[in-house]
Amino acid sequence: MTSPAIDVHGLRKSYGDKVVLDNVDLTVRAGTMTALLGPNGAGKTTTVHILSTLLKPDAGTAFVNGCDVWRDHDGVRAAIGLTGQFSAVDSLLTGEENLLLMARLRHLGSQRSKTRVAELLEQFDLVEAARKPLATYSGGMRRRLDLAMTLVQAPRVLFLDEPTSGLDPRSRRTMWDIVRGLVADGTTVLLTTQHLEEADELAHRIAVLDGGRIVAEGTPDELKRLVPGGHLRLRFTDAAALDAAARLLPESDRDDPGLTLTVPADGGVGALRTVLARLDAAHLEVDDLSIHTPDLDDVFFALTGRVETKGTET
Amino acid sequence: MTTITTRRPSPGAPDAPGGSPARRRSHVIADSITMLHRNLLHMVRYPGLSMFTIGGPVVILLLLLFVFGGTLGAGLPGVDPAGGRAAYLAYVMPGILLITIAGTAGGTATTVAMDMTEGITARFRTMAISRTAVLAGHVLGNTIQAIIAVTLVLAVGLLIGFRPTAGPVDWLAAAGLIAFISSAISWLAVGMGMQSKSVETASNLPLLLTILPLLGSGFVPTASMPAGLQWFAQYQPFTPFIETLRGLLLGTPLGWNPVLAIGWCVVIAAAGFVWSTALYERKSVR
Repeated sequence: MTSPAIDVHGLRKSYGDKVVLDNVDLTVRAGTMTALLGPNGAGKTTTVHILSTLLKPDAGTAFVNGCDVWRDHDGVRAAIGLTGQFSAVDSLLTGEENLLLMARLRHLGSQRSKTRVAELLEQFDLVEAARKPLATYSGGMRRRLDLAMTLVQAPRVLFLDEPTSGLDPRSRRTMWDIVRGLVADGTTVLLTTQHLEEADELAHRIAVLDGGRIVAEGTPDELKRLVPGGHLRLRFTDAAALDAAARLLPESDRDDPGLTLTVPADGGVGALRTVLARLDAAHLEVDDLSIHTPDLDDVFFALTGRVETKGTET
Repeated sequence: MTTITTRRPSPGAPDAPGGSPARRRSHVIADSITMLHRNLLHMVRYPGLSMFTIGGPVVILLLLLFVFGGTLGAGLPGVDPAGGRAAYLAYVMPGILLITIAGTAGGTATTVAMDMTEGITARFRTMAISRTAVLAGHVLGNTIQAIIAVTLVLAVGLLIGFRPTAGPVDWLAAAGLIAFISSAISWLAVGMGMQSKSVETASNLPLLLTILPLLGSGFVPTASMPAGLQWFAQYQPFTPFIETLRGLLLGTPLGWNPVLAIGWCVVIAAAGFVWSTALYERKSVR
């Protein structure tokens, strides 16, 4: 077991009467990606801002890469990179100049700066646009440049605050591939998102943040198992088989026109095996079988009692 | 810690966190130069804003001189009404140069506000760059811009007949004074840019500064003003600025004005520095 890259206990932050973070605990193991999932105003950005030394917490402890985020700014800042939801680029400069600016501020030296910038332009598919002003960049290009600027000096811990909000599906895929590559290389990533699909797709673990509290935490599969709604759907070739199976599995729901039977199951392999064994014993032929696990939409709804994250999909 | 330490060597391996104090100090200087370079690049890339800071004062100068100059000059104490226009050019030039400096503050406040709203200041903060370096970059950039603007406006003045009597030492002192005033005003402008909630407010707030030379001895002698205004004109910073510059360029009596001018510069620069560094931490997060 390694010491965690991000370790947060009892974090609190409020603005006047408005409590933004209410006793947040969060642990991210080094080299893994955790998604902080929640609707607008849940406290995701505030959490990231505290962890990246931009905001002072009211209470609680937070360590990033072993450094206290409020007492050891320099230690934390040497280890982190942040790409926020508002692009932090200099829009009066070209892409290449933006990257060179970062390289200079990281004191890479002129030769290493040039090599690193060329590398990043290549990696982020910005070579052609390198010398063009940012006004000509698309949203996806700006985001890629933004992330490239954060990676001029490879951070150990990377904060990505809604990195794909406002991007078209193709740019989002590109961004996902880049982020997966970073984690594969050993970077620890804390990603915030309101897209359940994104968290499911990318993260090893998901922490669901709602109203400033972590309401659930675990792997995507663990979270999905938290809510009921998983089921097996069995289709049969004729009504007789459907009849027989329905008698055999009294807890099921039958759909006569579709010749299908829906059997509640927790998504585990054991339940599936039991059902199939019972059908097998009765010599009933199953024409088609599908397993439905609850998706994170169900999870989110069950945990927060709201469906608003669905509506924000762009 | 194994996972952290055994990861592949990063392309840009970081310096030891923090570094020695001497190393950190050298970073402040290197970073200030990097930031200055960035601001100068903006200026070269987008000369529109710079042109405006020169064009404005030149238009005011020509307007004052050719439309009002004859009458205003004739009203100056001890001037022959026939030579009013030439006399007024000499009188008004220091005020115009101060308006030029004040005008560049608008550009600084605007660029600072843009940095704040675009999130790049937040990025700088997460990168262990000292705030002094970020702010000094703006101040140095603006000071250089102000000096260029003043030089060009002065050149226009010389073209239309402004004839200073200054010797080399006076010129040097005048240049130093202009640089000093410019940097003091720049610090104030950085604070204004940070205080502003939007880029639009940021570009308007420093207009107050360009009005101050008008409410001083820049355009008409303060003795001709109503009592209350006269009191204000006498004690506001632009009057000693203008009087010192006038003394250096045209040989009018300096009196205590140079001391007052330098004192005001120190006060304004210090206030702007304290204001902007205090806001830097608070305002760069949205």
